[in-house]
Parts: sequence; C-alpha cells; structure tokens
Amino acid sequence: MSWEEILQRPSSRWTLGEGPQREVVISSRVRLARNIAEHTFPNRAGEGELERICAKVEAAVGRLSRAKEFHFLPLAKLTPIDRQVLVEKHLTSPAHIAEPRQRAVVLREDEGVSLLVNEEDHLRIQTLFPGLQLEEAYGLAGKVDDDLEGELTYAFDETYGYLTCCPTNTGTGLRASIMVHLPGLVMLNRANKIFSTLSQLGLVTRGLYGEGTEALGYMFQISNQITLGRTEGELIGNLQTIIVQVIEQELQARRQLYQEMGDRLVDKVFRAYGILSNARLLTSKEAINLILTLRLGLNLNLLPELEYGVLGELLVLCQPGFLQKVAGEKQSTQERDAKRAALIRERLREVRA
Amino acid sequence: MLCQECQKRPATVMVRRTVNNKTTRVHLCEYCAREKGELNFMDSFAGPEFSLHKLFASLLDSDAEVKQLKLDPTAGLLKCPQCGLTYNEFKGSGRLGCASCYKTYRQQLEPLLGRLHGRIEHCGKVPQRAGRSLRLKQELGELKEALNRAVEREEFEKAAVLRDKIRDMEKTIDV
Repeated sequence: MSWEEILQRPSSRWTLGEGPQREVVISSRVRLARNIAEHTFPNRAGEGELERICAKVEAAVGRLSRAKEFHFLPLAKLTPIDRQVLVEKHLTSPAHIAEPRQRAVVLREDEGVSLLVNEEDHLRIQTLFPGLQLEEAYGLAGKVDDDLEGELTYAFDETYGYLTCCPTNTGTGLRASIMVHLPGLVMLNRANKIFSTLSQLGLVTRGLYGEGTEALGYMFQISNQITLGRTEGELIGNLQTIIVQVIEQELQARRQLYQEMGDRLVDKVFRAYGILSNARLLTSKEAINLILTLRLGLNLNLLPELEYGVLGELLVLCQPGFLQKVAGEKQSTQERDAKRAALIRERLREVRA
Repeated sequence: MLCQECQKRPATVMVRRTVNNKTTRVHLCEYCAREKGELNFMDSFAGPEFSLHKLFASLLDSDAEVKQLKLDPTAGLLKCPQCGLTYNEFKGSGRLGCASCYKTYRQQLEPLLGRLHGRIEHCGKVPQRAGRSLRLKQELGELKEALNRAVEREEFEKAAVLRDKIRDMEKTIDV
C-alpha cells in the first residue's frame, strides 16, 4: 500500500471502534520520547545535524519487525494538505508540521505505529489502539523502542533516565493518553470535579487535539503528567485504574441522564441523525458534535443500523485537511462545508442501505 | 432580556461567579453559557492561557532559584559548553538544548524535576546500549540482596554461589 492510499482512507486501526470499553474510550495512545546520544536536541540543532538524525532513524527503521510495512515520509516532500491529514489522523502533532524541513514521520500501514522524527525530541515513538488498550499500546511501543535501539544509541543518564528536551518528559519519556467521550459527566456538571480530582492524581485533561485546544463535543484526552521516578508499568497501571473508574462514572451518569431526560435525550440523538443525514452545509465543529451525539445514541441502543466504526470514520472524514485531500484541491470554507455534508450524507446512506 | 454575550438570543441562564468575595452576575443564553463554561473550564487545564513554558518560568523563579542564586550568584551566567544554551534561554523556553545541559544545569534542574515529578531518580526502563553499566549495577544490587536473604536464612550453599557470582561481576564492571 502506498502512503498516498493511507492518507486518503478515512478508516484506520483506531477508528474501527473494536476496542474494549469503546462506549466511552475512543482510543489509547502511548508515546515514548527518545533522543540520540551525542546530538544536540532539535531546537538547537543546525540543518546538517537534523539531516543526519533523519538519516539515522531511516536506517534504524529497517530493523523493525514488519519493516516492509513502514513508510518514511520527509515532511518537506509532502503538501501542506498531506501534513494536515497526518495531524488529523493523530499520526503526528501540530508542532511537528509547523516547520517541515528536516522533519519526518514514519508510518506503519495500519497507522498503529508512527515515529515523529525531529519534533521536540529526535524521536517520538507513538502507538495508537482503539478503545482502552493501554497495556497493549505500551507493549508495542516498547517493542519498537527495543528494535530501534539495535541501531541507535539513546541519550540516557543513570540518575535521570532518558534525557528529553523538556524536563516534563525526563525519565521514562512515557506519555500514555486515552481519548474519552464524556457527555454524561459534562451534561450533569460533574466533569469539572472529576478533572480536578484527576489532576490531584497526577493526570492531565485536555481538549480534543492536545495542548491548548478547546474541547469539542465533550471529547477529552486524559494523560499522565509524571514521567520520572516511576516505572512504565506503574504509570500505565495508575492511568488504567483511574480510567476504569472514570468510565464507570460516565456510564452511571448516562443512565441517570437517560432517566431524567427520557424523550428529550432520544430527541437530541435523532435530531443529530436527521441533520447529518440531510444537511447540505456542515462546519467541522457542528459535524463533530453531531457525530459524537450519535455515539451516545449508539450506547443507548437507539441506532441499531450504525456502528462505532462508521462514526470513527466520519470523525476523520469531516476534518478540513482530509476533505481537501479527497477533493484533490485546496477549498474555501464553504466548499469544504458542502463537501463535508455530502460525504457524511453519502456514508450514512450506504449504512442504511 | 437578551444574552449579554451575543446580544441576539434571549438570556435563559444566570451565571453567578464569586472571586475574592466579589460576586458578579451575567445573563446568558444557553449556547453562550455552554461555550463560556467550556472555555472557562478548559482554561484551568489547557486553555490558551495555560502554557508549560510560563509554568516553568514561575517554578524556576520561585524560592528554589532564589536560594540557588544566593548560594551561587553566578548561576545566571551559566552556559552549556556543548550547545551554548544560557540559563536565561532555558528559563524562557523551559527547554534544554542537549544531553549535556542536564549536567550544566543539574543544580537548577533537580528542584524543578522534584516539583514536576515528585521524585528525581529514574527507576523505569534502561536501554540495552546506553544503559549497559546501569543494568549490571542493578543486577549486582539484586544479587547482593539475594545474598543477604540467603545468609539470614542460613542457606550457606546458596550464599556461596551468590558470593562467587558477585565477585565475578564486580571484576567485569570494576565498581
């Protein structure tokens, strides 16, 4: 499969919606920050040094198991739209594409593994799984890390562990995060309280696309703040234990909401379905909110013909970069709104047929 | 009454906020209230105003740094010999420039790492290559513990085996 094909398809491993606890947890992600010994970190490295780091990582990719499924993509060789799609598919970060020269993304075809080369650190190993699968995600990231180490010597200190550009990542370099959908807790005004409890437990809550973004459709990312002084197993285990409790609270809140709101909640779900099936213009914010409303409806068994996988696809499909990728050209906002509405209508019609 | 935010939709929600014993009331429509609620709530976690860099600057500027500067007034003049990062650059960005910065700024970093993580010693994964000697040391520590346990339980045959292993290992890593 070519990388072009990967960027053009709306479905990927994490959108399939097959993971455990999928009613609440959309995806689980693990990221390991690594730097290569004897090289200046990307923020202070010159072009030549950044090039050499790219070359070293490219050589190391050959060591990975299933190496043939990996694509090495220099960001400067991609179009701005392609780079945006990489962010929308959660394969890299907005900060990474901000300066594309001497930067690269390495993708595995199923989009379950990506390597970010010369982001804040020389290397960030990322794995993405659907549903609540933190241990699986860490297992795979650790395996990729081991394989790459066959070729690369990491910057490591006996006291501080893996040395990273930002002291918030020092130690394990591990950031585990889960993307959760919490309409019940938000609508019952319980989310704030839960998030402040989470912060006391060393976890951070953020909006949909990470740092500095506004929450959309009650979707949040919860991740560990601490990276030093605990083992990877402890960090993952701590997050897992707490998330299980958040899920329980959310499901309980949904039941209560259903009891309190009854038809009004059912009405919200079917109105969302009506708009998505018929609208001619949809902004991405409106589309995401409506798609997530359907997600809630699915959990309440209101929409037997829909599946989590379809909704996961729609979430990728309605992103501005992806729409332009499919259209094959740069589009105005209104053209995108029309294209978005058309693609969603079409996909929902296919599902009903 | 119209919503005080958008001046378009009728106000249906009253938001009362008390800050430092001063209470303000705002009348909003449901839409704006939700928008504002979201924003306010996100602000306290990751809104536009929240920035790790600022957090760092404030952590570094706090008492730990003041004490540090009193002890060593030259700290502000530090510069990493490897990448040239100055203390002020570090303070401004919250980012280090290379692995050597961890040595250059050790004294400033330790209180910072302590505040961020609660602990300052790594106890997780150790890489095969870069961490080879640490791996051996960890293994040696485990063997010594096993030896102590064996001695306590008077399992002298086992202890003898462990003792020989430890001696061999100490020869190879020269501790």
